[in-house]
Amino acid sequence: MPKGIIGKKIGMTRVFKNGKAIPVTVIQVEPNYVVNIRTEEKDGYSAAVLGAGSRKEKRTPKPLLAIFKKAGVQPLRTLAEFPLKEGEELQLGQEIKVEEVFEKGDLVDITGTSKGRGFASAMKRWDFSGFKKSHGSRYHRAIGSIGACEDPGRVWKTKRMPGHYGNETITVLGLEVVDILPEKNVILVKGSVPGAPNSVVKLKESVILQRRKGQRKLKRAKEAYAS
Amino acid sequence: MHALIREIEQTYMPQDFPEFRVGDTVKVHVKVKERNKERIQVFEGVVIRISGSGTGKTFTVRKESYGVGIERIFPFACPSIEKVEVTKRGKVRRAKLYYLRERRGKAAKIREIKEWEIRKRAEESAAAKEAKNS
Repeated sequence: MPKGIIGKKIGMTRVFKNGKAIPVTVIQVEPNYVVNIRTEEKDGYSAAVLGAGSRKEKRTPKPLLAIFKKAGVQPLRTLAEFPLKEGEELQLGQEIKVEEVFEKGDLVDITGTSKGRGFASAMKRWDFSGFKKSHGSRYHRAIGSIGACEDPGRVWKTKRMPGHYGNETITVLGLEVVDILPEKNVILVKGSVPGAPNSVVKLKESVILQRRKGQRKLKRAKEAYAS
Repeated sequence: MHALIREIEQTYMPQDFPEFRVGDTVKVHVKVKERNKERIQVFEGVVIRISGSGTGKTFTVRKESYGVGIERIFPFACPSIEKVEVTKRGKVRRAKLYYLRERRGKAAKIREIKEWEIRKRAEESAAAKEAKNS
């Protein structure tokens, strides 16, 4: 099985587990299919290319269509590559389900595209505190000074300024899998996830498992949700 | 809200919850954990508010003890609620009984309606509806 899967963010709610209210994000996992397999001999690493969603055949580029045809699946909307768990083999066109990839109490990293905020001020984008709203102040949400005078005689690079904010790829690390509902193809993850409802998110086995802290968190999460 | 979220919340809701309304007097049996022992505590008072939906739906119970008003908010889906008993049905004309906070003693009393009155009223309204339809 691959170490990840493609899902769709539905929204948030709360759920009671062990007598505690837990804020969860509901992620729907539409059927994922194996579109391509990367192998050690051919590509130098082993991974599976998964696809989810659907798109019109007419709207699919021909090279992509050939790949889908070879795998024997309908044209899919989103494609993503995930490393394979060791010693397991997949078939082209095979359907992958959430419950096969993750179990309760696992830690996952979730990648999504954050909500676009357009051209945002420094207060929104960088948490600047701004200026007085009243008491005769006529300078409210602007950025303020951007540097000194003759020394250095220029504005520092990476100076935080207003500009485009949001609509970027963001990954949150180490979220706990609270519950998996196989009959609804739904996975509940503790905490919030980047992006708007109905946006595509990728769930992967967490990288924090490589840290001691991550292992400790995994142990606690297993105790809380696995039974 | 997404229909799927509502479905999921349904599966987390308790099934056998008695029906009560704002103005009713209820006894809430709450599990209290003390070290390793678990015991049940009863909180009795008037339901002054029902708000929210799904697993976030809560009700607020107000009571007065030793001259101090106490309000407790319980989620409907809360697993530490052992059971809820309805002791009295009240007749009120408001969805939120915040005005009780300014009153005490007899002024804070809610007019009670008996079960048979509720039944009678339900029968009457059903009959009226039928008459209207035919």
